[in-house]
Amino acid sequence: MSDTHAQTVAFVRTTMLPEQPPPASEAGVIKWMRENLFKGWFNSLLTILSLYFIFQIVTSAYPWFANGIWNTSSLAECREMLDGMTGACFSVLTERWNQLLFGFTYPTDAYWRPTLAFVLLIVAIAPVLYPKAPRQLLVFTGIYPFLAYWLIWGGTLLTPLMILVGLIAGYFAFKQFERQSFAMGLLAGVVAAIVVIWAGGIVPAAMPDVLAIQAIPSRDLGGFMLNMILGTVCVSLSLPLGIMLALGRQSSMPIIKWICVIFIEFIRGVPLITLLFVANVVLAYFFPPGSNIDLVLRVIIMITMFSAAYIAEVIRGGLAALPRGQYEAADSLGLDYAQSMRLIILPQALKISIPGIVNVAVGLFKDTTLVSVISMFDLVGMIRGPILASTEWNGVYWELWGFAVFVFFIVCYSISKYSQWLERQLATDRR
Amino acid sequence: MSTISDPPAGSFQLSMLINDTRYRSYTFQFVALILLIMAFAYLGHNLLANLRAAGLNISYNFLGEPAGYDINQTLIPYTSQSTHWQASMVGVLNTLLVAFLGCIMATIIGVFVGVMRLSDNWLVRQLMSIYVEIFRNVPVLIWILIIMAIFIAVLPQPRDFRGDDATASMVLGMFAFTGRGFYTPAPVFGPGSSVVIATFLASLVGIFAFKRYAKKALYDRGQLIPTLWPSIAIFFIPTILVFFIMGRPITLDYPALQGFNFQGGIFMRNSLIALWFALSIYTAAFIAENVRAGILAVSKGQTEAAASLGLRPGRIMNLVILPQALRVIIPPLISQYLNLTKNSSLAIAVGYMDLTGTLGGITLNQTGRAIEAIFLLMLFYLAISLAISAIMNVYNNAVKLKER
Repeated sequence: MSDTHAQTVAFVRTTMLPEQPPPASEAGVIKWMRENLFKGWFNSLLTILSLYFIFQIVTSAYPWFANGIWNTSSLAECREMLDGMTGACFSVLTERWNQLLFGFTYPTDAYWRPTLAFVLLIVAIAPVLYPKAPRQLLVFTGIYPFLAYWLIWGGTLLTPLMILVGLIAGYFAFKQFERQSFAMGLLAGVVAAIVVIWAGGIVPAAMPDVLAIQAIPSRDLGGFMLNMILGTVCVSLSLPLGIMLALGRQSSMPIIKWICVIFIEFIRGVPLITLLFVANVVLAYFFPPGSNIDLVLRVIIMITMFSAAYIAEVIRGGLAALPRGQYEAADSLGLDYAQSMRLIILPQALKISIPGIVNVAVGLFKDTTLVSVISMFDLVGMIRGPILASTEWNGVYWELWGFAVFVFFIVCYSISKYSQWLERQLATDRR
Repeated sequence: MSTISDPPAGSFQLSMLINDTRYRSYTFQFVALILLIMAFAYLGHNLLANLRAAGLNISYNFLGEPAGYDINQTLIPYTSQSTHWQASMVGVLNTLLVAFLGCIMATIIGVFVGVMRLSDNWLVRQLMSIYVEIFRNVPVLIWILIIMAIFIAVLPQPRDFRGDDATASMVLGMFAFTGRGFYTPAPVFGPGSSVVIATFLASLVGIFAFKRYAKKALYDRGQLIPTLWPSIAIFFIPTILVFFIMGRPITLDYPALQGFNFQGGIFMRNSLIALWFALSIYTAAFIAENVRAGILAVSKGQTEAAASLGLRPGRIMNLVILPQALRVIIPPLISQYLNLTKNSSLAIAVGYMDLTGTLGGITLNQTGRAIEAIFLLMLFYLAISLAISAIMNVYNNAVKLKER
């Protein structure tokens, strides 16, 4: 009882003690360091080793950066200015900047065109990547490919314009006949588009100077611009192709299924470089005799087929992940195949496969450097070929390769961060 | 409803080919087949016309003709008088060599980095994720060329090892790292060495048998037999004993500087090393992510359940976590191996003579047989990837959860 206690205990506190701050070792930075850096001898050892490693890298890289020289015109001049000190010759980047970006044969006075196309690309791609961007921009996204083609390759604006008109005509024909059946609409759309494009081909041939800017042949494209062109064109073309292949592979019709399976497995089984060899030396044999399809187009065809096969596998995963009930629900509503795919299945399946598609896109963008092996002068090709082989800059390895690493890292890392962001966005509304 | 399952018989109309779901799929497949045949006929026609115009034909006779070029790194005997077929075989072996070496090193680095990314240590975690992000997000071709640039620009040439004021020296007197490649000691097998090798193989079998015995003892009688130290003992002691009893039949041939170059030992050319290291560190970044995902996929409850059964941490790892994690890790790991093998075709960028460099490179350029050479090249890679997929399917079936 409390009475007995009151007799035996000399002092009983009746009020609370004032709150004390936690001991220094259990709060703030010190606690964090104890838990995250020096927990046990092994962890402490790892921390010290890591710190030593970082120290080594920083102390050896810092003077190299800090003494970097940005304004000489050759390696010899740069070495002279450095006078034996450790330092980078970043002047190779400033002096060859345009070559790194645009290649070495692209006309100098036309540099504004790919630059403008790149800026417009950001505008055009915004509504696709960022759901909150104004929806009206999608119209511009539709126009953009034609505009970009005109800006980069030049020639008369009528050529891409006529193709655009043809596609619009095809779209209206599709809408007209879609009520009858989807297949009918598709057929009518394709026929209308081909007819209009074919007939419209006379217009630019008749008036080659209307709204014309200097035409630039594909072989003059180069530098990082070529990587960007190949990356964006091939990803956007391979997406519809990949969807079709994935649907074909899921199909219940054996012939269509096997065509798709063989195509996908064949393409996925061989390295991209062999496909590029095909584009370089073999593909020309399969075009009609006398036709002269340029190398960039042949490479685009092969890379598109390559990435379409990979995207098809990703989308197939998305299709397989959908519960069977969704397919059955669509059937029970009386929707036909095209309607159920378009309205019920694909929107959900594509949403699931977005992270995978972005991964394929990053991989594809990295793989565009492989074109340097078939002697096209993309960023890597420019560095290996015209720049490192030139008398002024023979031997400037680290600055150039560092630049290439930096550029690709920035692009690919931001795409993969975007994919993670999108995944989080989509995860919330799937619950 | 009954009309769908029970249609009126004998009233087939042509419009049913489009409108009736029972016949429509035949129509579509027929159309697809016709289109496919037409496409192939068109392409084949173009091919024949183009070949006729160029005065060529499809023939594989060039494989039997002498190649006439040298290959600087070969695993089988080869001279410039050998045939194109033998050159291709050298290329196949070189591809398999770099793929094999790359897979081993990528696995080691990848598992290390993947485990380290889950470390308690914040600094180590950050360093490892920087490694993964940097190597995953930059094309492997750039890494290959960067490592090649290290050989060209940083490492000393063999002549730097010469003389009294040599600027470079051999590591441990055995290894020479030069700009041309790495020189390492080569084992020389004298008489009696077969006994040593046989003992070594026998001790490997012995370790395996011992582990099985220990496992059986554990499962049957609940008896715990330590395996680690006995295994190490079986691995080393018999082989070393026999090695000395036989009078040290296996010796090492050290590389030594003679004239302007090193002689003796094993020489690994710079292109092989560049390709090997670059493929390894690049693929390791992906493997690290797979390993991390695999370990994270085993729920913490499994660890806790095992701990509450009284298992010690080492046994928890061996008996509970790893078997479950490996089920998640191995399929993507195998597809990374496949990617590495396919990426090894980038050897052509640094002049390593793999199959792409021999058959798809010099042979193609010398004979002009583009279609045949590239067809064979694709066939080889296709065979490898189909074989690896087959292995993967067998494995997946073996480890599939056997439930219900």
